[in-house]
Amino acid sequence: MIPLSGDIANAKGILRDKVGPSETKRGTSTLKRGFAHMLKNGVVMDVTTVEQAQIAEDAGAVAVMVLDKLPADVRKAGGVARTASIRIIEEIMDSVTIPVMAKCRIGHVYEAKVLETTDVDMIDESEVLTPADEFHHIWKWDFTTPFVNGARNLGEALRRIEEGAAMIRTKGEPGTGNVAEAVLHIKNVNTELRRLKSIYDAGDEQDLVSLARELKVSFSLVEETAALGRLPVVNFAAGGISTPADAAYLMTLGCDGIFVGSGIFKSDDAKERAQAVVLATTFWEDPEKVKEAQKMVDERQSMLGLDTKNLELRMQERGSTA
Amino acid sequence: MKGVNIGILAVQGDVAENVSATRMAMDELGIEGIVSEVKSPDQIADLDGLVIPGGESTVIGTLSLVNGSLKKIKEKIASGMPVLGTCAGMILLSKKAKDKVVGEMEQPLLDYLDIRIERNAFGRQKDSFEAEISLEKIGIPAFRGVFIRAPSVLEAGKNVEVLSKIDEKIVAVKQGNIIGTSFHPELTEDLSLHKYFLTLVQKKG
Repeated sequence: MIPLSGDIANAKGILRDKVGPSETKRGTSTLKRGFAHMLKNGVVMDVTTVEQAQIAEDAGAVAVMVLDKLPADVRKAGGVARTASIRIIEEIMDSVTIPVMAKCRIGHVYEAKVLETTDVDMIDESEVLTPADEFHHIWKWDFTTPFVNGARNLGEALRRIEEGAAMIRTKGEPGTGNVAEAVLHIKNVNTELRRLKSIYDAGDEQDLVSLARELKVSFSLVEETAALGRLPVVNFAAGGISTPADAAYLMTLGCDGIFVGSGIFKSDDAKERAQAVVLATTFWEDPEKVKEAQKMVDERQSMLGLDTKNLELRMQERGSTA
Repeated sequence: MKGVNIGILAVQGDVAENVSATRMAMDELGIEGIVSEVKSPDQIADLDGLVIPGGESTVIGTLSLVNGSLKKIKEKIASGMPVLGTCAGMILLSKKAKDKVVGEMEQPLLDYLDIRIERNAFGRQKDSFEAEISLEKIGIPAFRGVFIRAPSVLEAGKNVEVLSKIDEKIVAVKQGNIIGTSFHPELTEDLSLHKYFLTLVQKKG
């Protein structure tokens, strides 16, 4: 089981107040990471309108992520991509019962503050939008609302957790409809975790210290992760997932759940595809059920997608050195 | 002696936490038996007790309806099988659920607990909270309540025992062998509620 503790001393996002006569705390790691645990084995869907959000909810999405444009359209439009219109986020919050997430630019503390004040359930500090700070991510311990961050490898994942991320997802290559990069990123993390665990199991403290330096994270977080043998927060797959089989494959690689961006609402059979991806994620262990899910979609209606090798814009590289 | 067979409904949500809490509670009580993740009607048919975890009630309900698990759980409840439902689990066990913002809901429910639920009763995630609560009636005077986008019980029928309240809102109930809580005992290290559930399973046995 993944531990839920992990608060830093005096995290500003932890608020103490009262519900009736009892003392309460909000914004603790238990509540932020716990929220992510409630999403496990589920599918979070990118949406841009109320109508899409309702399709997602009816299909069995565990949450929706509100964007101004789907990642594929962000890629096409070029220019600067920013957080979604608050009015649309609010309309969606008023029309679905499942959690509503929204994206802010990497390092953009005030876009995140605005989203927190809007009362979204989780903030995605996302490489799909144009970074506002090339050198720093947001110090997420200052927030009561939990954050999810993208990562391509163990170092990125642990650095984001150290900044207060309550959940991690692979970056993949958003808006391409190509699952290859998400597969690569989850395998990177898995391989590095195995290496970390073997050093820990061998009791080689010196090597563990040098690994912490290599990953650019604190020794204590490296030690905690090594003992667990997995990331200390919930870890989803994201970036380029478009079919039920894509989702099921990523679940077999040890992901806790799935984000689908352009894959659903850039296809011509969005409704069926949304249901099918949920079914495949839930019953990923059963090939017969995944086949049934795959049968619900038509490959001729999948988004065309892009080869990830010769892209002008590699979104995954945003914020990766910080 | 035959051990007890406890299942954790593993459609979606914090399944692993409930497996671990139930397993540890069993070990501490010295009860023989197995704890496993269950998804299909066949697996549910063999159970002596079921835990429905936290997660999204719409997702767990819809997918359990699709594969026939919902019907099987209803039959088992009718035959007296104890069930512990936490958060989404309590919503699923109820007869009627509405959302604080969106209003009346049409979602698949188990239709057992004679309660009317308000989903997201304390607000959105930012208002999720931890607080000390009490379940005196079942011998648990103090318990750490972890409330995540939690529901509350608006009305409880006369056969429903109210186990706990916070700020005048009902957050834990019992009817027959069925317990529902707004909060997540599986996210704390306190095993007392899972232990209490296991004693119900043993008594039924």
